[in-house]
Amino acid sequence: MILIDCPNCGPRDEVEYHYGGQAHVAYPEDPNALSDEEWARFLFYRANSKGLFAERWVHSGGCRKWFNVVRDTVTYRIEAVYGLDDPRPNLSGESA
Amino acid sequence: MADALPEHPDFLWRNPDPKPAYDVVIVGAGGHGLATAYYLAKNHGITNVAVLERGWLAGGNMARNTAIIRSNYLWDETSAIYEHSMKLWEGLPTELDYDFLFSQRGVMNLAHTLQDVRDSVRRVSANQLNGIDAEWLDPQQVKDLCPIINISDNIRYPVLGATYQPRGGIAKHDHVAWAFARQADALGVDLIQNCEVTGFVKDGNRVVGVETSRGRIAAGRVGLAAAGHSSVLAKLAGFDLPIQSHPLQALVSELHQPVHPTVVMSNHVHVYVSQAHKGELVMGAGIDAYNGYGQRGGFHVIEHQMAAAVELFPIFARAHLLRTWGGIVDVTLDASPIVGKTPVDDLYVNCGWGTGGFKGTPGSGWTFAHTIATGEPHPLNAAFSLDRFVSGALIDEHGAAGVAH
Repeated sequence: MILIDCPNCGPRDEVEYHYGGQAHVAYPEDPNALSDEEWARFLFYRANSKGLFAERWVHSGGCRKWFNVVRDTVTYRIEAVYGLDDPRPNLSGESA
Repeated sequence: MADALPEHPDFLWRNPDPKPAYDVVIVGAGGHGLATAYYLAKNHGITNVAVLERGWLAGGNMARNTAIIRSNYLWDETSAIYEHSMKLWEGLPTELDYDFLFSQRGVMNLAHTLQDVRDSVRRVSANQLNGIDAEWLDPQQVKDLCPIINISDNIRYPVLGATYQPRGGIAKHDHVAWAFARQADALGVDLIQNCEVTGFVKDGNRVVGVETSRGRIAAGRVGLAAAGHSSVLAKLAGFDLPIQSHPLQALVSELHQPVHPTVVMSNHVHVYVSQAHKGELVMGAGIDAYNGYGQRGGFHVIEHQMAAAVELFPIFARAHLLRTWGGIVDVTLDASPIVGKTPVDDLYVNCGWGTGGFKGTPGSGWTFAHTIATGEPHPLNAAFSLDRFVSGALIDEHGAAGVAH
């Protein structure tokens, strides 16, 4: 079980949270302008990084707020916790 | 269940050094990669083939699944490829001359809510229309087939019925891999372990070889069969796949006398159970929610699964956990596999089998071999192309594939 440091509530067990997948995926600015290929990429393609990965979590069993995390998908170690609208922090050792 | 296990085998294949070039290179010596190599040789006469494996043969998901085999999927496309697989399973012990303990003891999928019941009855009808054996059982019939199951109505999610596929069952997964490996090897396929693919050699948009930890290997065609690591390989080849890799855990108890005569699965309470020939109770969980490549997951997932198992099977309450493990499953958004072409010429991909690839091993190999040999999809895998995510022709199997396998 991962220990996640909620920005509002502090460290709590993973079971209090729900996972939200890849972070920083913006809704298309002009959806009508997208080709089918671009729609497919927006709907179905998400990064599947081996290594550091920016992802969203929501503290469902606490403050019920969303936030972002950079986590290593091999060791499961959390390297950074930051706000939903903040840019992804630069960390060393990032892979694609 | 009291059958004696086959003798522990001697080496069943050569361990050759890689040659400088092959007609076809398969990346990944799990069940799907080995079956693909076998059918390339047997069905298409292509024997100058290497299967490259970064670890040891069949040490990934092929060693970590719960060995359940069934074909009772909802949609025509999925039931067709899994039923083809089922028919191949039924002939494989003879064809491969290897008793891998394929046991058609039946598979039950329990329903616990009114919606479960409606979906299950619909799936039984769809299966019957597709010529697949399927029945709807009421709770007493469930109990008659599996006497240890608790069908009382005073548990949180009572058993309201089940779908039943009598031809479903289990097989000994390691032996399945070894059976394919031995016959592929005998037909001339090189099985090369400890050989990690680190890059792809391209001529324009055409793949012409792979870089490996054991040097460059030229290839006429390349097929990817790397399950949870498919995204990593695709990235190296210059394209993306619409899959997410998750940990999926399973466990076994210590050995018991035969108590569980069939396979019981429940999507709703997240557990699936059979009893292996040796006597262990084999149980699988749901996936861990987060993306992961660590081949392990959270213990709370095991706890959740065990709670469900003990409620359904009170007799398990005092069984001891022997070991747990995790594999990395490659999940698509429509819970159906991807078998076909990629944006790179002569490079083919077989992935996205998610939580249920073991049962698909022969059908996957059969159709993937056809695709690699001819450059075109087999009728059974045409619908499972990468471009369905653009066309929108998704094959939504969450109901039949979402959790339990």
